[in-house]
Amino acid sequence: MRGNPDAHELVAPGSLPAVLAMLAASPGEWTPIAGGTELMVAHAAGKLEARKLVSLWGLPGLRFIETSPESIVIGAGTTFRDLRADSTIAAEFSLLARAASWIGSVANQSRATLGGNLVNGSPAADSSPALLVYDAELELISVRGRRRIAYAKFHTGYKRNVLAADELLFAVHLPRRFALHQQYLRKVGTRRAMAISKVALAATASMEVGVVSEIRLAAASLAPFPARLHQTEAALLGHALNPETINTARHTLLAEAQPIDDIRSTAEYRRRVAVNLLDELLLQLQPERRSQ
Amino acid sequence: MTTHATNRIVGSSVPRKEGVDKLLGRARYVDDIDLEGMWHGATVRSTIPRGLIRSIGFDRSINWSEFAAVTAADIPGSNHIQLIAADQPCLADGMVNHCDEAILLIAHPDKHRLREAVNAVHIEYEPLPPVFTIEESERQNVIVWGADNLLKNFLLEKGDVDSVWSGAAHIVEGEYRTGAQEHLYIENNGVIAEYTAESGVTVWGSLQCPFYVHKSLLAVFDLPEDKVRVIQTETGGAFGGKEDYPSTLAAHAALLSMKSGHPVKMVYDRMEDLAATTKRHPSRVRHRTALDHEGRLLAMDIDLATDGGAYSTLSSTVLSRATLHSPGPYVCPNVRVRSCAWATNTVPYGAFRGFGAPQAVFAIERHMDEIAAAIGLDPIELRRRNFLHDGDTTATEQVMREPVILDQLLDRALAESDYHARRARFAHENASSPIKRGMGIAAFYHGSGFTGSGERYLNSLAGVDVTPDGKVRVLVSSTEFGQGTNTILTQIAAEATGLGHEDVIMAPADTGIVPNSGPTVASRTAMVVGRLIERAGLQLVSLLREHAGLGAHYSRADFFAACDRYRAVQGAVVSLCRYEAPPGVFWDDQKYRGEAYPAYAWSIHVAQVAVDTVTYSAEVEEFWAVQEAGRVLNPVLAGGQVEGGIAQGIGYALYEKVLLQNGHMANNQMTNYIMPTAEDVPPIHVYFEEVPFSHGGYGAKGIGELPHDGPAPAILNAIRDATGVRCNTIPLLPEDLFHKLAAGQTVEEATAV
Repeated sequence: MRGNPDAHELVAPGSLPAVLAMLAASPGEWTPIAGGTELMVAHAAGKLEARKLVSLWGLPGLRFIETSPESIVIGAGTTFRDLRADSTIAAEFSLLARAASWIGSVANQSRATLGGNLVNGSPAADSSPALLVYDAELELISVRGRRRIAYAKFHTGYKRNVLAADELLFAVHLPRRFALHQQYLRKVGTRRAMAISKVALAATASMEVGVVSEIRLAAASLAPFPARLHQTEAALLGHALNPETINTARHTLLAEAQPIDDIRSTAEYRRRVAVNLLDELLLQLQPERRSQ
Repeated sequence: MTTHATNRIVGSSVPRKEGVDKLLGRARYVDDIDLEGMWHGATVRSTIPRGLIRSIGFDRSINWSEFAAVTAADIPGSNHIQLIAADQPCLADGMVNHCDEAILLIAHPDKHRLREAVNAVHIEYEPLPPVFTIEESERQNVIVWGADNLLKNFLLEKGDVDSVWSGAAHIVEGEYRTGAQEHLYIENNGVIAEYTAESGVTVWGSLQCPFYVHKSLLAVFDLPEDKVRVIQTETGGAFGGKEDYPSTLAAHAALLSMKSGHPVKMVYDRMEDLAATTKRHPSRVRHRTALDHEGRLLAMDIDLATDGGAYSTLSSTVLSRATLHSPGPYVCPNVRVRSCAWATNTVPYGAFRGFGAPQAVFAIERHMDEIAAAIGLDPIELRRRNFLHDGDTTATEQVMREPVILDQLLDRALAESDYHARRARFAHENASSPIKRGMGIAAFYHGSGFTGSGERYLNSLAGVDVTPDGKVRVLVSSTEFGQGTNTILTQIAAEATGLGHEDVIMAPADTGIVPNSGPTVASRTAMVVGRLIERAGLQLVSLLREHAGLGAHYSRADFFAACDRYRAVQGAVVSLCRYEAPPGVFWDDQKYRGEAYPAYAWSIHVAQVAVDTVTYSAEVEEFWAVQEAGRVLNPVLAGGQVEGGIAQGIGYALYEKVLLQNGHMANNQMTNYIMPTAEDVPPIHVYFEEVPFSHGGYGAKGIGELPHDGPAPAILNAIRDATGVRCNTIPLLPEDLFHKLAAGQTVEEATAV
């Protein structure tokens, strides 16, 4: 443990309004900490710069999964273990359930929260590609009120996002209209478990008589933040899934992907594996819309 | 009860002696121990790979009067760690030769205050050009060690290699490389040291070799033997990684204790342990091999080089073992091995399970498959035609006097793994699948005990005594670090004395109590030390019969009553035995020839591997290991050694890569230094054939290192079988396999299936 606990202040106000009031009183001064699976690792390495921490752990107002006929709303304090146990998520948002199962260890999943994963904003975040292809919306909260934005507009750069200094991520809204979509998610990590993603690709798609009628593609570790692959989507949308289309899509993805060389892999490898994953996805797509 | 009822305890899977304490959390590791008034120590390390130290500055933001600080100038004796040579300083003095070299030590009562203070020590350097690779070192443009960068070299010669090339039917060449590997023991290096003027230095620590630490402390503190005491605490894994490094760490903590006047604890965190402590030697091996028309070996010319790092430490003996394992388990009339260990400006490479053999075995066993491909022979058949048999002579002209059952091991491995049927099935299925499967094998031996004359020089002493409260104690400096020393040695003592396993305990691994039975390394504990305990136990029974009236048949009560009578007369019941080399074992250090090892353990590994052409990752799906390591003393522990060695070997082959940036380990965290998890390790099938060795403890040979030697070549041979691609370098990560399989191809060409 390289961090000095005495150098940090940690407060736990115990309720969401109290936390929001603290953030509003001195915007930017307090760093929220939920499960701590990211910040405590930095602390152990002596690299936690945030001196003042406000705990979100255990706030009842943040840890919930609410299901209505139109949507499922997941509180930002919901753990990945909670996500894995939810039957609606398992049935209709299986990519999210699978992504949750890949995060760290069971111990990590019992502490790590969905909100923490998104706000931390790692380009390799496991839950992000799934949320992007499910058209997730985020609900943000502060003493000034609430607002909703598309998750696709949340990240603005490497570990940067649209949250104001007094704002928290409150919940993730998933529209319940993907149950019949063809879905794909594959993570390529450094090993089978306890691995950080080297590249991941997620997709939701619909086909009508061999033509791609709807498609969302999102990736991890191909850009400074998790993002949709709009250009590659455009190369597929409305096209018959034939060798020319597939080839165009591959080349589009090669150009659209902006991976980097880092300690875990190389840009060249990531780019090529992303294309291979796209191939694998397109091979799996069935030519007709699924019916109930 | 008789003393010759073998199979009574030896050969049965009695539970681990210290297992319950570990399970219940009662076992006390060094970080569980707190001494009265204890301070904590930390290390200021070099940030450049090579250079002169110009100045050491202390930032005024810190109140240094609260701290103790130690530099080389505070060392009362020799500023050198005592290994084979003594070239490694305890603390850098005026110059650094690798990143993360210890320069200055600090201690404080509050461990959380140390990091800030370490960061407030400013060291100015005058950088010197560093050397990072074997190639740079052997070019000798920059000399970083001695006169020529050469830490050690050997020449092994049998017959006349150069007379063979012109008449050979086939000549096959290849170059093979292996990377560094970190031990990843669960418990990092750690010690507590206490210095007082009256009693000298006492050290408690996580370590393998108490007497190695003892020897270095004597020199660093210039103290007589009875003023230094080293006590091993429960140790959470070692794998060779606690063979030499604890000598340095113990000296550091003891120096801080002397300076501060308090006991000092130093326990590394994972980042420091990864960055600053030893790893497996990287290697480059070149083979040139001549064969006749039938595929029989005529000549092997082997050029072997290792990267030893900045100081000589154990590089000479690692190189020797690599040299002696480089020709593989084959008979060949003409052999030449030229081997060199080169200095570079990295943390010194050290002991790691296998000790040079995994590097050498990777090269020869990968090369055998390349030979097979080049001459159009099945790799199994090529090996079979060249295996050593009883009466054959090795490269050092050692005659195989004990039975060699390689054919039997190979037959069993092929049968158990259903090798031929699986291979045929995969060849058919691979054509239409993005997953390409293959089977690979490796055949190898591992020499048990110290190399050459090593055991004679060690001259180990070990034995048993009997306490007044009725326990037989095993007296050894051989340590338990998870591999089973406590259990097998107490089994042997119980067997020899005719007692129950519960009647025998281990004496503490404390240099103030136990004799020097040598270091716990080199797969020597079961064979060499086990034999000493067997002899000492039998000798004790003889002593009791001769001097205390113990009958030919005796009960447990008779035994301890006889001990009481013996103690009343003699004062203590002790039986010690000193090492005696098996007859006919002679090694010529000058000619590098003779009995390289008193005994060899033999093994065949078979790996089934799947290569995913979407991700370029190779995964081991199933693994078979057949071995002959003499008598198996404890089947559960022996099987565990084999499974653990194979898991570590899988990491060596496919996952674990030490990334050096300007000589500093850049991925010194477990999230980025990737070891296989339980999910990545396949089912491992373990089979023993037993040929008892008459000079080992109840017939045992060494087992600990053997299983690490074979997985890497077996796995890469399986990858060649699966894909047809030749990979001669480990670790082989997906990024590397990508380059072999797909780089340079367009996306259209690369599309699988």
